[in-house]
Amino acid sequence: MPEECLISQKPTLKERILDFYRDFGVARLIIFAFLIFLLASAFALKLPMEQILSSVLTRFGMNGILVLAMIPSIQSGTGPNFALPLGITCGIVAITLSIELNMAGFSGFFFSVGVAALLGAATGFLYGFLLNRVKGQELTVGTYFGFSIVSLMCIFWFLAPYKSPEMIWPYGGSGLRVTIALQDRIGKVLDNFLAFDFFGVTVPTGLLLFFALFCTGLWLFSRTRTGIALSTVGTNPKFAESSGLNVNRYRIIGSTISQALGAVGIVVYAQSFGFIQLYMAPLFMAFFAVASILIGGASLKKSTVTHAVIGTFLFQSILVVSMPVANIVVADNIADVIRIIISNGIILYALTRKETGGDLS
Amino acid sequence: MTGPRLEMKNITKEYFGNKVLKGINISVQPGEVHAIVGENGAGKSTLMNILFGMPVIHNTGGYKGKITFNGSSAPISSPEEAMEMGIGMVHQEFMLLPGFTIMENIKLNREPTLPNIWSSIFGEKMRTLDIPRMRRDAKAALERLDLNIDEMLQVAGLPVGFMQFVEIARELDKTSLQLLVLDEPTAVLTENDAETLLKSVRRMANEGISVLFITHRLDEVLSVADRITVLRDGEQVATMNPSEATVEKLAELMVGRKIKSILHKDREADSDRNTQPLLSIKNLHVQMPGEEVNGVDLEVMPGEILGLGGLAGHGKIGVANGIMGFYPASGEITVKGKQIPLNSSIASLNSGMAFVSEDRRGVGLLLEESVEMNIIVQAMQSQGKFLKRRIIEMMDAKTARKHTDRMIKDLDIRCTGPEQLTRRLSGGNQQKVCIAKALTLEPNILFVSEPTRGIDVGAKRLILDLLVELNRKSGVTIVMTSSELSELRSICDRIAIIYKGRLEGILSPDESNAKYGLMMAGALAHKRKAAS
Repeated sequence: MPEECLISQKPTLKERILDFYRDFGVARLIIFAFLIFLLASAFALKLPMEQILSSVLTRFGMNGILVLAMIPSIQSGTGPNFALPLGITCGIVAITLSIELNMAGFSGFFFSVGVAALLGAATGFLYGFLLNRVKGQELTVGTYFGFSIVSLMCIFWFLAPYKSPEMIWPYGGSGLRVTIALQDRIGKVLDNFLAFDFFGVTVPTGLLLFFALFCTGLWLFSRTRTGIALSTVGTNPKFAESSGLNVNRYRIIGSTISQALGAVGIVVYAQSFGFIQLYMAPLFMAFFAVASILIGGASLKKSTVTHAVIGTFLFQSILVVSMPVANIVVADNIADVIRIIISNGIILYALTRKETGGDLS
Repeated sequence: MTGPRLEMKNITKEYFGNKVLKGINISVQPGEVHAIVGENGAGKSTLMNILFGMPVIHNTGGYKGKITFNGSSAPISSPEEAMEMGIGMVHQEFMLLPGFTIMENIKLNREPTLPNIWSSIFGEKMRTLDIPRMRRDAKAALERLDLNIDEMLQVAGLPVGFMQFVEIARELDKTSLQLLVLDEPTAVLTENDAETLLKSVRRMANEGISVLFITHRLDEVLSVADRITVLRDGEQVATMNPSEATVEKLAELMVGRKIKSILHKDREADSDRNTQPLLSIKNLHVQMPGEEVNGVDLEVMPGEILGLGGLAGHGKIGVANGIMGFYPASGEITVKGKQIPLNSSIASLNSGMAFVSEDRRGVGLLLEESVEMNIIVQAMQSQGKFLKRRIIEMMDAKTARKHTDRMIKDLDIRCTGPEQLTRRLSGGNQQKVCIAKALTLEPNILFVSEPTRGIDVGAKRLILDLLVELNRKSGVTIVMTSSELSELRSICDRIAIIYKGRLEGILSPDESNAKYGLMMAGALAHKRKAAS
C-alpha cells in the first residue's frame, strides 16, 4: 500500500522554506515580482508616487468587499462566485432607489447599503437553489447566470418607472442612463470621512475602516458554529453529512451571504468611483474579484479573509501602477489589456490546478 | 504439444516493500481447468494481473519469477501482448459497451472487413464491416456456450448472467485462444446460470483450451477443476487434485492461521450479566452499491466487541453505513429499546452511535483542515460542544484546544501539533484522528469499519489495541467490520458472518477455520436453498 509516512517531528528550516514557497505559490511570486518591477519603473520614470499610492489605497478599499464576497461562496464549496453580477445589480438597484427617494450623504449611503444587502441576500438565497441543482458545474453555470442577469437587467433599466431627472435619459423622458453621476448623492462619503494627508498621500480613512469592519465581521463569522459548518460542507460534503449537517442548506447560506456582500460591495465601489454604470457594465466585474482572491492565495476550495486582503492589494496595485508606466513606455490603453491578461490568466491558472491552491503534493 | 501450456515459476511481487505474492508456482496443462481459491487479498488478482501484463504491475516495480507459455519464456509486458499470445481474460467487472449489440461487442476491434472504393483510397480503416460474417462468428461463439440468444440484441438491458456469457463468448471467438482466465465468473450468476457456465467451462477444456478459474465458491471448484491451488496471504498453501480435497479441507486451508485470541478469555464470566441487547437490528436493508444488505437481523450486547466479517461485496460494510444514515436503508433499529429513525445521520449520532468510516480519506477526514478541527467539528455541529454564547454561538477555542491536546496524548497521535493538516499525517495517525473524532461524541456504540485498511503492519496492532482499551476501560460497545478475519478473531467477542447481504451465522472467535471458511462461502445458505 502506498503509505505516506511523513512527519512525526518538527519540520526543518529547509522544509519550512519549501512549504512557504509551495503555500505562497508560483503565480503569486510572479505577480509580486511584477509589482516590484512596476514600482521600480514608476520611480525611475519620476512619476508622482504620492498620487499613485493614494490611488492604490482608494482602489484597495473600494474593491475589497467585492472580493470578500468570494469567501462564503468558496467556503461553502460552490467555488468562486462567478454570478457576482447578480449581487452587483442588486446594489445598483439600491443606489438608484436612494436617488429616486432624493437621499444624499450618509443617509443615502446607509440606505443603499441596507437595501442592497437585503436584495442581495434575497436573490442569493434563490440562486442557492439553482446551485444545488448543478453540483459540480457551479463555475460554468455561475458565469452564464451572471451574463444572463446582466442582459435581463438591461430591460429593467430601460423600463423601470424612475422619475428622477438625474437618472433618466434627457430626451424621451423614460429609461435610465448608462452612467449616473453620484457626486451630489453618495459620492465619496466614505472616502472623505476622516480622510487625511500623510506625506502627500491621501488616506481614505472611512473607506478603509468600512472594509476593515467587513473583514472582521467575516472573520468572526468563520469562527461561529454556522461559519465552521459552512467550511466543513465546502471542504468535504460527505464528512459534513456524517456530522448531521444539511449540505444543501449551507450551500444556500453561502450563496446568500456572498450575493449580499456583492451588493454592499458595489455600493462602496460606486461611492468611491463617483458614478454608477448600468446596462452591460457589471458583465465582467466578477472576473476581477475572482482573480483578486485567487492571486491572494485562495484556491477553488479554500479561502480566508487574508487571501482576500492580500489579493485585492496585489491586483489593484498592479492596475494602478501599471497604468501610468505603460502609458509612458508603450502606448495608451495598454494598462487595460494588462488588467485583462492578468485577471483571466490567474483564473485560468487556478482552474487548471484541480485540488488546492498549489500545495497538494 | 507435450509440455504444460503455462508455467509460472516462483512468482514474487512486492508493493512498496509489502510482499503480496511469495513464490507462487503454477503449471497448467492444455485442456486443464485449474482453480485458484483464496480469501480477498490472498493475491489471486495480483497473480492474474501479472499473467495478463497489466500496467499496474509494471508501474509498481514489476515482479520476480519466470513465466513460460507453450514452453518458451514469456515475460508478458502488456495486455495486448498477452492477448496476442492467446491468453484471454474475463474480468469481474464487465467490460462491455452497453449501447452496442452482442455481436458488436463480441467482434469489437477484430471485425472482419471487406474492401470498398473508399478503402482503396484512404486505406484499411475505411473498409466496410462484413456484417453477415460477424453475425455468423458471434452466433458460433454463443453456441459453444450453449446460449440461445439473438446476437443482434443490445447489451444494455440484458440480465447480468447473459453479460457474463457475452464476455466469455468474446474471448472464445478469438481463434488463437489457448488459455482463458475467469475471475470469479459465477459471483453474479444465479445457480442455474452458474451450472450452465460450469458445463461450458468443461466443454472448453475438452476442446483443448486451458482455463484458470478463480472463485470463492468451493463446491464449484470440486465439480469443475482438474487441479486446485489455494492461496492465502500471498502464499501458495496447497495444490491438489479434487479427489484429495473436500469443501471443509479447502475452507480450512483458505482461512488458515492458528490464531491466538488472548483477549476475549477474561470476559466470558460476565457475558451473561446483561441480557438486554443495547442495539437491535431487524430486517435491515441497505442500498449501498456493491455492498448491498438484504435483511440482516442482529443484536449487539452492551460492552461487547462484535465483529462483522464476510467476503467483499457481500454487504458487511453496508450494515454500519446503513445504520449511520449514509446510504438509503430500511428496517428497524432500536437502541436501548428506543427506535431510531433511519436515513438520518443526526438521529443516529444523537442516539449515542458513532462511526469510523472505511473511507478514511473520502468521508472520515477533512484533509485540508487541522487535526483539531477534524476532532471537534462533528461534536460541535451535532451536539453543540466547544461553543460559547456571545450573541451568536462562537467556537470556544480554549476548550477545543484542551480537548484536542488530551486526545493527541491519550491516543498517541503523532503530529507536530493540533494545527497540523491531517493530510500530512501517516495512515495510522489519520485513523487515530478518526477514532478521536468519534470518541469526542462520547458514544455508547462505536462502529468501526476496516480500521486497519491501508495502514502499515506496526500501526495495525496499535489501532486494534486502542479499540480493545476503549472497550475495556471506557465500556464502549464496539461493532467492528473488517475484511481481515484474523483481525476480527484477535479482538472480537463474537463474529457475525454476512453472506449475500444476510446474516449467515455468528461464530465465536476460536471456532475452527473450516467453519469460518464454510460460512464465508455461504455453505449454509446453499444448504438451506437445496432443502427448500
